[in-house]
Amino acid sequence: MRNLLAFLYKHHFIFVFLLAQLICFWMMIRGKNYQGSQLINSSNAVAANIYAAEANTKEYFSLKHENLRLAIENKELRNHLKSNYFAYPTREVRINDTVYKLQYEFIDAKVVNASVNNRNNYITINAGSAQGVTREMGVYNSLGMIGFVRDVSENFATIISVLHKDFAVNCKLKRDGSYGPLIWDGKDYQYCLLTDIPTHAKIKNGDTVVSSSLSSYFPEGIMVGTIDSYERRQNEQFYTIKVKLSADLKKLNYVYVIKNNFKKEKDSLEKTTQPIK
Amino acid sequence: MSNRIIINLVRFIILVLLQVLIVRNINLGTYFIMLPYVLFILSLPFETPRLLILALSFVMGITIDLFYSTPGLHASACVSMAFARYYVLKFVSPRDGYDVVVQPTIEDMGLEWYLKYAGVLIFVHHLLFFYFEVFRFDEFFRTLGRVILSSIGTFLLVYLIQFLFYSKRFSK
Repeated sequence: MRNLLAFLYKHHFIFVFLLAQLICFWMMIRGKNYQGSQLINSSNAVAANIYAAEANTKEYFSLKHENLRLAIENKELRNHLKSNYFAYPTREVRINDTVYKLQYEFIDAKVVNASVNNRNNYITINAGSAQGVTREMGVYNSLGMIGFVRDVSENFATIISVLHKDFAVNCKLKRDGSYGPLIWDGKDYQYCLLTDIPTHAKIKNGDTVVSSSLSSYFPEGIMVGTIDSYERRQNEQFYTIKVKLSADLKKLNYVYVIKNNFKKEKDSLEKTTQPIK
Repeated sequence: MSNRIIINLVRFIILVLLQVLIVRNINLGTYFIMLPYVLFILSLPFETPRLLILALSFVMGITIDLFYSTPGLHASACVSMAFARYYVLKFVSPRDGYDVVVQPTIEDMGLEWYLKYAGVLIFVHHLLFFYFEVFRFDEFFRTLGRVILSSIGTFLLVYLIQFLFYSKRFSK
C-alpha cells in the first residue's frame, strides 16, 4: 500500500493529466448525444449574451444586403395577395374546410452566432423555448435550407448547420424525384454532397435540389441548391452529386424555424413500427 | 507576486475576448483557423507549479469551449499542451536553468528559443484539436494540412501580439 501511494505521488503529474483528459473525453462524448450537450454550448447565458451584442453591432454592416433580400421576398409574397386577383362575380359559397389542417408553422429568429470554417459548424439564434422553439425543428431562410435545432435554452437555440457531420437530411432532385441524404465533406462551405442517388436517375447540371417529404424537419420543396457536378465513384451503385447551396451560410441574418405539428405523431408511429426480426 | 496574478488574469480575459470577438470572425477558409488564445498558456511564468498550469489550461479550454459550443474539445487540447509544456521547457532550458526575472516571451528569451518552444506547443495543441474535431481517419492528410497551416497562422498571430503589446514596461 505504501509503495502504491509512493508510486502515485511520484507520478502524480501524469495521473492528474490523465484525469483531466478523461473529463474532457467524457464531455466530448456526452456532447455527441443530444441530452447531455446542454452542459456547455453557446446557448449558455454568458456566451449567448456576448454573441447577441456582437451580432447587434455586425447587423449594421449587412443591412443593405438584408434589405434587398427582404424586398425580393416581399415582392413574391405581394404577388400572392388576394387583392391582386380578379374575383368573378359568382354566388358566394361558404365551405367549412375539413380537408386542410395546418401542418407547418413558422417562427422568425435572428442569427446571433455562426461559423463556416470548422468541420462541424453551429449557428445560434435568439429564439428559444419561450418563443416555442423545440429540439429538431428545421431552419431555413428565403434562399434555402440552413439546418435544424439541436439545443434550446429559454431565449436562445443552437442549430446544427448544413455544414455539420451529423446533418444528413433527406433531399431530392426536383425534376426526377430521386432522393438521398445530403452530407457535407468539410471542404467548401458553398458545396454539399447529395449521396445515394440511383444511377438510373436523370441528372443535369443546374437542376434544382429541394427538401424531400421524407425528412420530418422540413416541408417538401424547400430550396437546397443547384447541381454543380456529379460523378459515379468506382465500384459504387450510386451517383454522388455536388450541390451548390443556395443559402449563403456566411451571410445569415434572419431565419425561420419550422414547427411541424404532425412530427410527434409521425415519430411515435414510426417508433412502434419496429422491423421484424 | 499578486502583481503577476493580476497581469495573467487580465491577459486571460483579453485573450478570450480577442479570440471570441475578433479572431473568430477572420475567415480565411478551413485551412487557416487561428487560435491565439494559447498565448495565455505559453506566457505563464516559468516558476508556476505544473499542476497549476494544468488547471489553468483546463479553465482556459473550457471557457473557449463555452463560446465555440464544443464541449471538451479545446479543453482537451489545452490540457495536453500544458502537459507537453513541462517537458518542452526542460528540453529547451538554458544550461544554468531559467532566471527568476525573465518571462517566456520573445523579448526575454530570443526568437530562436521561442520558435522551438512555442512552435512545438502550438503544433501539439493544433494536432489534437483538429484530429479530435474531425474524429475519423479518412480525411487524414487534409486534416494534417489544416494542422500545419493553422499552426503557422497561430504562431504568426502570437508573434504579432507580442510585438504589439509586450514591452519591458508591461511585463514587469
